[in-house]
Amino acid sequence: MTLQERESSAGSPITGGRNKNPILRLEKLDKIFGGLHAVKQVSLEVPEQAIFGLIGPNGAGKTTLFNVITGVYKPDGGRVWFDGVDISGEPPARIAARCVARTFQNIRLFRAMTVEENVMVAGHHLHQSSVLAAMFRTRAHAEDEARLTKRARELLDVMGLGEHARAVAGSLPYGSQRRLEIARALMLKPKLLLLDEPAAGMNSQEAGELQRQIRFLRDQMGLTIVLVEHNMAVVMSVCETVHVVDHGETIAEGSPERVKKDPAVLAAYLGKSSEAGS
Amino acid sequence: MRLARRLAVVVALGLTLYGVQLLLSGGVIEYVQRIILLAGINIILAVGLNLISGTTGQFSIGHAGFMAVGAYGAAFFGTQLAPGIAGALGAGAAADALTFNLALVIGAVLAGLAGLLVGAPSLRLRGDYLAVVTLGFGEIIRILFNNAQFLGAATGYFGDSPAGLPPYTNFFWVYAWAIAIVVMIRNLTFSQTGRSLSAIREDEIAAEAMATPTTRLKVLAFSLSAAAAGVAGGLFAHMQSGVRPEDFRFDKSIDMIVMIIIGGLGSISGAVVGGIFLAVSLELMRDLQQYRLVLYALLLIVIMLVRPAGLFGSRELSDVLRARFSRAPSAGSGVAK
Repeated sequence: MTLQERESSAGSPITGGRNKNPILRLEKLDKIFGGLHAVKQVSLEVPEQAIFGLIGPNGAGKTTLFNVITGVYKPDGGRVWFDGVDISGEPPARIAARCVARTFQNIRLFRAMTVEENVMVAGHHLHQSSVLAAMFRTRAHAEDEARLTKRARELLDVMGLGEHARAVAGSLPYGSQRRLEIARALMLKPKLLLLDEPAAGMNSQEAGELQRQIRFLRDQMGLTIVLVEHNMAVVMSVCETVHVVDHGETIAEGSPERVKKDPAVLAAYLGKSSEAGS
Repeated sequence: MRLARRLAVVVALGLTLYGVQLLLSGGVIEYVQRIILLAGINIILAVGLNLISGTTGQFSIGHAGFMAVGAYGAAFFGTQLAPGIAGALGAGAAADALTFNLALVIGAVLAGLAGLLVGAPSLRLRGDYLAVVTLGFGEIIRILFNNAQFLGAATGYFGDSPAGLPPYTNFFWVYAWAIAIVVMIRNLTFSQTGRSLSAIREDEIAAEAMATPTTRLKVLAFSLSAAAAGVAGGLFAHMQSGVRPEDFRFDKSIDMIVMIIIGGLGSISGAVVGGIFLAVSLELMRDLQQYRLVLYALLLIVIMLVRPAGLFGSRELSDVLRARFSRAPSAGSGVAK
């Protein structure tokens, strides 16, 4: 399926996409590391084709939440529902094959490989020809490779990396590496895209470009996006709903404007303890 | 069209190999011929091991075990099949060739199955743990052969005839198999599967998050690598008239690792060069007698100091040539300024 076909199958986004059934639902999720209760009874619902922000101070458990959703960690309690299916505890590769893609906070590219190869790796489940076909370079294999290369190039163009396709991934500047991670995640043909601090290390111009790209992914490609981000300008401008966690617990959820004024959120961010505030 | 062109290439290669074979058997002493054969066998071993240790980044120090499975498998089934095939085709070169290649394929399949058996449970481990487990399995395989009465136990297996296994192995077959295996592994490496294997080496967690079936692919690469070692074993067995358990000790596995590290981990060209290097270097120093092992060790140390990533690094011959040719004009323009 090309990008264009995908666009048409995404229905009429923006208006038509909202308020459908939740594509992702967390139900009283718990994750405990020894004595640390990293995620405590977190429940949330992400509607289809939403841009959903997940924020909180450092160490609040946002990345842990991502790791539980994508199967890197098994939850110690509660459930993860994706598209109506209980995926809690499934291994990462299976969850990814269900079209849940992610990026990593501490960039995890395949550094020694080229930009294009990085993206193509994520097309493994789209590749149909067998290992023998690859060894003997059959026509079916050549067609598969051509299809993957074409799609990888399209996605690199979407993320503005088209001209670097042949460069070694580890040699890209930081901001480009973050965008490459998104391009690679898109190769999975995700329904749900989890972005872990995509704007970290970007200057304001790059961050602005990123906001445009995130909206493009939702509006034109029909994705649902969950975003962990510390850059509040980005969060406030792209997210429709923001969910705030602190010490592993939900402390607020709502529109960016509402959350910004929430006393619990202010307390968490300005360092006041909740006891002192009450 | 595509098929016709490929067939033409195969026929041309076959004729070339056969021509060289005739030249060698007429013009070169047997000692040199043997080194050339060993170099070919080393190429198969190194390129095979490189698939799992270089491309996929999973260290195996037990590959001598898989070479042993291939050697014993090919020797045993070759001996069993020979009379039947000779009966059907009439004794002669055609029957020998068929028996030999069938035996090699059986050896490769058995070694591949052994790889599957060893790899499936152990490839969930990483790094040092995997290395130790493969080392253990390699030794277990050798000790099994050491005690298998019907395969001659510690004395080794020499087939049915008093002269030992028939000397099927020659330049033509060694290099035909070497070229076939190098081409197949190269094709696999530069395909989606190969990219996924490299991704596992680079970052296994990210590979999993991209829906890569990491365990399945690692086991696949491990079995293919073991199967290549099996072919090398079968060729080796029919070069020396018999198979002995002590030919497949732990140091044989180390030799294979030296080949791919000297050549450059992850580089197929490097593995080829490393395989040849190991076969030739020790022989070139034969005049130095007892000092040659000292010099050999020194040579390895010097190579690692001068080129820590191996002769080729992770690059291929084609990359090196391309870099050279694209550098030439830019150097010229520098002069023009």
